[in-house]
Formats: sequence, C-alpha cells, structure tokens
Amino acid sequence: MSTTAEIVVPNAGASAEVAPRRKNEKYSIRHLNFHYGESQALKDINLELLDRNITAFIGPSGCGKSTLLRVLNRMYSLYPGHRATGEVLLDGRNILEPSVDVASLRFRVGMVFQKPTPFPMSVFDNVAFGLRLAHRLPRARLHERVEAALREAVLWDEVKDKLSQDGRSLSGGQQQRLCIARTIAVHPEVILFDEPTAALDPISTLRIEETLQSLCEKYCIVIVTHNLQQAARISKVTAFMYLGQLIEAGPTEKIFTAPSNRRTDDYVTGRFG
Amino acid sequence: MTRLQIRKIVSAGALAFAGLATLIGLACLAAILWTLISKGLAGVSQATFTQMTPPPGSAGGLLNAIYGSLLMTGIGLAIGAPIGILAGTYLAEYGRGRTLSTVVRFVNDVLLSAPSIIVGLFVYELLVIRMGHFSAIAGAVALAVIAIPVTVRTTEDMINLIPQGMKDASTALGVHHWRTVTSVIYPAARSGILTGLLLAVARISGETAPLLFTALNNQFWSTDLNAPMANLPVVIFQFALSPYSDWQQLAWTGALLITVSILLLSIAARGIVSAMNSNRSSRR
Repeated sequence: MSTTAEIVVPNAGASAEVAPRRKNEKYSIRHLNFHYGESQALKDINLELLDRNITAFIGPSGCGKSTLLRVLNRMYSLYPGHRATGEVLLDGRNILEPSVDVASLRFRVGMVFQKPTPFPMSVFDNVAFGLRLAHRLPRARLHERVEAALREAVLWDEVKDKLSQDGRSLSGGQQQRLCIARTIAVHPEVILFDEPTAALDPISTLRIEETLQSLCEKYCIVIVTHNLQQAARISKVTAFMYLGQLIEAGPTEKIFTAPSNRRTDDYVTGRFG
Repeated sequence: MTRLQIRKIVSAGALAFAGLATLIGLACLAAILWTLISKGLAGVSQATFTQMTPPPGSAGGLLNAIYGSLLMTGIGLAIGAPIGILAGTYLAEYGRGRTLSTVVRFVNDVLLSAPSIIVGLFVYELLVIRMGHFSAIAGAVALAVIAIPVTVRTTEDMINLIPQGMKDASTALGVHHWRTVTSVIYPAARSGILTGLLLAVARISGETAPLLFTALNNQFWSTDLNAPMANLPVVIFQFALSPYSDWQQLAWTGALLITVSILLLSIAARGIVSAMNSNRSSRR
C-alpha cells in the first residue's frame, strides 16, 4: 500500500490550496468544522477517502469519528442545531451545499448502524425495500437483485429458505448482514459502517468482517470502530481522531506500527483511550 | 422493640392496607358484574336479537338499538380513526419541538378528559340545530369527537416506542420521510395502533350523554342516517328510568350486552398484542 502513503494529510493548515483530484479519490474533506449547537465536535478536518478501499476511523469515545461519518451522508441534517461548514466533495461536488438533494445523496451513500435495524417485514422485503422505492423492476429482476445482494452480504445460504419470514426473527449477526444486504441492494457507491459489530458475538463479527473485505473490491467503505484489532485486520487506511481533530491518517500498517504522532502511538498501543 | 421489628410491623401494615384497597376495588367490580349478570342474563333470549324495542307492556327485543350502536360506533370510528392516527403521526414524527405540537398535545389531553356531555352539546349546536332534527350521523360525529383524542394519544405513544435507529436506517437508504412513515413506522407500530383503536371503540360504544343530544332514540327499525336512531346506551338510560318492569328488564339486558362486548374488545386488544409479540419471538 505504498501509494496511499501520499494521502496522509496532517491536520495543519498546510493543504489550504485546492489540491488536484486523485483519480480514485471518492471523498475530499476540506476544512470541515462541525457544531452541535454551541459545542464544536469537529475541528478543521482535512482528509481524502479512496474508492475501492476500506478506511477506518479510530479514536476514543467522543472524539468525533461517528460525527464525521454522519457528515458523509448528511444524516446530521435530520437534527436541528447541527451544522457543518467547510467542504465535503463527493466526486468533486460539495455535498454540504443546501441545494444538494439529501435523499438522492443517501441513495448513493449507504449506511449500516451499530444496532441491527431490520424493518418489520419479511427478509425478502427488507432487502427489496430501497430497490422498490428507487426503480420499478419486473419481478424476476427484483428477485435477481435481492439474491445478489444477499450473496454479497454472505447471507444467502442461511436465509434462502426463509425469505418470507419476518426479518426480525433472524439472529443478531444475520440481522446485521441483512441490513448490509439491504444497503448494497440499491448499488450505492459508498457504504458507511458505524461500529457494525459492536453489538455482535465474535463469530458474527468475523462473518461481517469477511463480508466487508469482499465488498471493498467494489465500494468505497468507511468504518467507525472501537475495536483496534478490527481496524488493523480489515482496513487499508486508518484515520486516528482525538477531541474532534484528525491527528493522523495513513496506511493502516504504518498507523499501527510506526505512527508519526505520539498520541496515535499511545492510543494504538493501549496506553490511553 | 428493635428498629428491625418496627420496620417489619410497618411493612406488614402497609401490605395489609394495600391488600385491603385492592380487595375493595375488586369487590366493587365483582358486585357490578354480578348484578349485571344475575339481572341481565334472565332477559337474554332469541327475541333480544330479533325484535325491536317494544312499547310498554308488550314483548320485544333490542335489535334496532344493537344495530344503531354498531352502525354509529362504526361510522364514528371511520371518521375518528384517520384523523386521530394522522394527528398522532404529526405529533410523533413531524411536530417535534414545535410550539404547535405542544399546543395540540395539551388541547388533546384536555379533550381526552372532557366530560362527554360537553361533546354532545357541541355536536348538538354544530349539527342538530342546523339540520333541524336529531340524526344518526350527528351521533356518529359526536362519537368520533370522543374517539379522536384517544387515538391521537395512543398513536403518538406507539410511534415514539419505535427505535430511532429503525427510522434512521430507512432515512439512510434515501427514503423520503413520508415513505418511512407508511412503510416502516406504521407496520412496526401496527399492533399498538390497533390496540388504541379497539380501546377507542370500547370507550365510545358505552357513551350515553353525547348520543342523547344527537342521535336521540328511535323506537322503530331505522337505517336512515338522517333520522334519529336507536342505540343501546340511550335505550338503557330511558328504559331503566321508566316505571315499567319489562322495560327495566330490557335495560338490564342491554347493559349486560354492552359490558360483555367491551370486555371482549379489551381482551381482544390484549390478545392481539401478545399474539403479535409471540408470533415474532416464536420464530427465533
């Protein structure tokens, strides 16, 4: 991963000039500040996220990593008093602009949450949910897309005989993969994972991690995790955040073995956090 | 005496009082039910469900009153349920933190405990005076006005029970809010909303005062919504106050019918909830 070494953007004001877009760069975050009412949750974040790649956000609780994730699909704009300034370019277009249609943005940028959130409907309908709203697909085509999504989420073999069962009747790990299948069924370009395995047992966690690795060949994946081993296992790029600041970002191997910042070193070696 | 002994005595005393209070409450209920059953059951026969309310001194039944009650309750629910559910949805999903929703919630709570006779007078002014006569439709509207606040309250409460994560997950798929409401929130809150509707039916099916001012009563079979219509509560009211023993017997029978049907509705409401919950967990 020597190529990604160049994307390390120290959180100084040095990169103020608009840099030319790299060819597989999906997101470009420039001078992003975020406020919850009075308190500032993100301070001058500068970061690039690559396509066909897994980027992990790590850091102690309250460091702003989930907030940053929620800026990427504008989930924050559901709540009054939350505001972001700066630029977040998705394929060169600033998604923070008010003219951006958030529904179609979220259609391109899927999100999987910490707690599995199956909808109160059958397994099949759960996966078909977003698809049905977006396209009018003929029955056979819809079935194909649902099956493909379930296969991609490594869930098909376990649920192919229970497609008409309520999605909530699956186990926790299966529910989470169902949510992943529901997200990828609409063919997003980016998938955001907010601590997707925090509520799961180790075996389900392993399953989800395998799923993530197979997905990274097609999507730009961003994952927030408290589990450092998980970040080390699955991500190619890791960004360490602390107190609303991006301390250091770079190839995962480098962040975990030879970080350039002392606080990163302290965190990944378990001395604080 | 040690402190421990004192505390034990106090505890035993509290338990005894709580038990006594429960006993008194239950005894009142049992006495009401027993009186109803012993006096009402004697009058239940085939004629109760096949014949009209009779003039004094002749045999008859309650068919026109049963039909009228069912019809007006049904229409009242048909008017009240959509309004109540949509208003409850507004309060839970759209009006969060807005002054309007605070006001609506407060007014709704006031309406929830408003004496039903006021509702009857309101509809009397609104419809009966303008139409110039009592009518079944006015009765149904009065019942709807009573059903709305119950439905608003239960709908809002039930929607608020749905985890925010589920709504967020739907939003994160690029789904517009209204679709989230109809496709995710309503199905998830279905059993709760349904229970609320059944409770609203139970509430309005026994209301007398609003019908006295609106539907009044009708001794004969009538399906005309624009005319006065017989109904169980008003029939019970009038027959129970009459000096004729056969009318009084019919009043007891009618009271038993209403009580049993409300009891069944409440049991059904509980049954639906537990069936929906166990249905889900049994598949785990």
